Amino acid sequence: MNLRALQRNIPFLATAIVCLLLYLAGCLRYRGFTSPGVLINFFGDNSFLGIAAIGMTFVILSGGIDLSVGGMVGLVSVAFALLIEKSHFHPAVAIPVILLGGILFGAGMGFVIHVFGLPPFLVTLAGMFLARGLAYFLKLESIPISHFLDAITRTVRLPMGSLELPATALIFLATFALAFAVAHFTTFGRNIYALGGNEQSAVLMGLPIGRTKIAVYAVSGFCSALAGIVYCFYTFSGNPSAGMGLELDAIAAVVIGGTLLSGGVGYMAGTLIGVLIFGIIQTGLSFEGTLSSWWTRIAIGLLLLLFILLQKLIQAKKFRTAKTFQTAV
Amino acid sequence: MNAPHFIASPDWKRLQWPLAALALVLVFNLFCTPGFFRIEFKDGRFYGSLLDILNRGTPVALAALGMTLVIATGGVDLSVGAVMAITGSIAALLITKGGASVPLVIAGSLLAAAGAGFWNGVLVGMFRISPIVATLILMVSGRGIAQLLNGGQIITFENRAFQFISRGTLLGLPFTIALTLAVFAVLSFLKRRTALGLFIEATGDNEVASRYSGINTRAVKLLVYAVCSLCAGIAGLILVTDIKAADANNAGLWLELDAILATVIGGTALQGGRFYLFGSLLGAVLIQTLTTTILTRGVPVEFTLIVKALVIVIVCLLQSEAFRRIVLRR
Repeated sequence: MNLRALQRNIPFLATAIVCLLLYLAGCLRYRGFTSPGVLINFFGDNSFLGIAAIGMTFVILSGGIDLSVGGMVGLVSVAFALLIEKSHFHPAVAIPVILLGGILFGAGMGFVIHVFGLPPFLVTLAGMFLARGLAYFLKLESIPISHFLDAITRTVRLPMGSLELPATALIFLATFALAFAVAHFTTFGRNIYALGGNEQSAVLMGLPIGRTKIAVYAVSGFCSALAGIVYCFYTFSGNPSAGMGLELDAIAAVVIGGTLLSGGVGYMAGTLIGVLIFGIIQTGLSFEGTLSSWWTRIAIGLLLLLFILLQKLIQAKKFRTAKTFQTAV
Repeated sequence: MNAPHFIASPDWKRLQWPLAALALVLVFNLFCTPGFFRIEFKDGRFYGSLLDILNRGTPVALAALGMTLVIATGGVDLSVGAVMAITGSIAALLITKGGASVPLVIAGSLLAAAGAGFWNGVLVGMFRISPIVATLILMVSGRGIAQLLNGGQIITFENRAFQFISRGTLLGLPFTIALTLAVFAVLSFLKRRTALGLFIEATGDNEVASRYSGINTRAVKLLVYAVCSLCAGIAGLILVTDIKAADANNAGLWLELDAILATVIGGTALQGGRFYLFGSLLGAVLIQTLTTTILTRGVPVEFTLIVKALVIVIVCLLQSEAFRRIVLRR
């Protein structure tokens, strides 16, 4: 690997190393941390955060931001629960309907952002209020789901020796594989990187900016809708308050994963590791036996700070080498 | 400044839409909510829906005033709610554990708030971290810190002198209103009568050009983030004295979003540049009027979210040049 490629990969490598160190520290400190069941839980327990973070990665890579993620999870989980419990839809019908709704919601926000040239922060803030408001409009309380889901989660699972990968983890990993392929091996993925790197250059290169922008928010809408459905599978209920503040955790996971908030730089795999770090910290704290959830918040805040400062350091170094190069010429 | 001059000024044009919206809501209440405009004088203070709106709107209004300065420099502060929680926790700790006197409690907690803002300012100004991420750090960990201070408990206290901040009256009006107006007056003075307003707007308009023309943009950013958190701290004191308890989980939850909304309604653009302190006050009052109206109609308070979403969309479209072009062409 040459020096430049190494430099570009430092944020990602640092995240991977921190993830590994945290896991090793957990293994050394707590008995039973090494068991594969714990490893599987990292994926299963954080699947809806992970899926939301995957959608957020696309948006942030394109230079935008999506605050509507948490609201969408709430709206989708209530709508899904109502469709199954009240309207007696079969999940095979309800899931595509919900996912289509998510895509349309996201595409609508993307359309407003692109056509009217509005800041994504405000438009998706409106989307967040709208989705959360609609969720409460549908139902003010949590709705238990007693049909279908139990049977589905019992049949959809991947046995691994004595253990098994639950449906939620399977959906998460499948979404990740798909997103990884789309981000790094398709024209659409390259357009996103170009758009986030420099929008004007992308326009001048003749890339379909409008279409890409709208599609990016549609993808994020799809991911947050899927996250909402996974939430239902995870809790067997729909809750209008589900996913409160999820968008911030998702942004944090993406940034910890080495993706720059200014857009154009980052990897899908970084986000996966960012989500894993979330999981390791939470599991570690529950192994510690103190139920103080605030330590999770503080640890995540510190990690955010650490990674952002690291990114800044690398950028500053790059800037300086560029400058010395200029003066040398 | 004479009246025609003021009406022709851009400040006034910016205020037309929020004023019209406020008038619309008030007219609706005039016909549909009996007793909405009634104000009574009882036990040495005034009572009424209108005063209640102004009183309850003060935390958002204070946060919005500080937020306006931050947004004027092209930034945004997401940590406002978390700073309120920290301020409240420290105030409650100083009273219950420290047994400090009221002035000391206020000074101590506000100092902590300003320190939190200074931290944001260092990250944004010195390290050039994008404001959303820089303040996200404190937003995520701030509530954790507040809970850590409280040991995860909701700390309650009784202190009549301290409760004056939210319960007290001045000339028969709630003290919170006077407090907010005082902050507004100070900030307006700094904007109009010192070079600071110009520096802030210049930094937001074009940071590079400002730096080359000799403005210390780092110092400006440090200052606005510190002032923003200070305003949030004052709002936090109102919240904590109102319920006589420091609730680290819920104090000022999502209030930063309302503050940003109020600022944008008031005409300050998220890209930075010109800022309108009075507009932000008006925006906060509009949001609270909408909330109170929905509450008095007997509709669950959660529905305000849908109304807020509509307000954001309308305000954004009105400010969007692309939208105006598309509409005018037809």
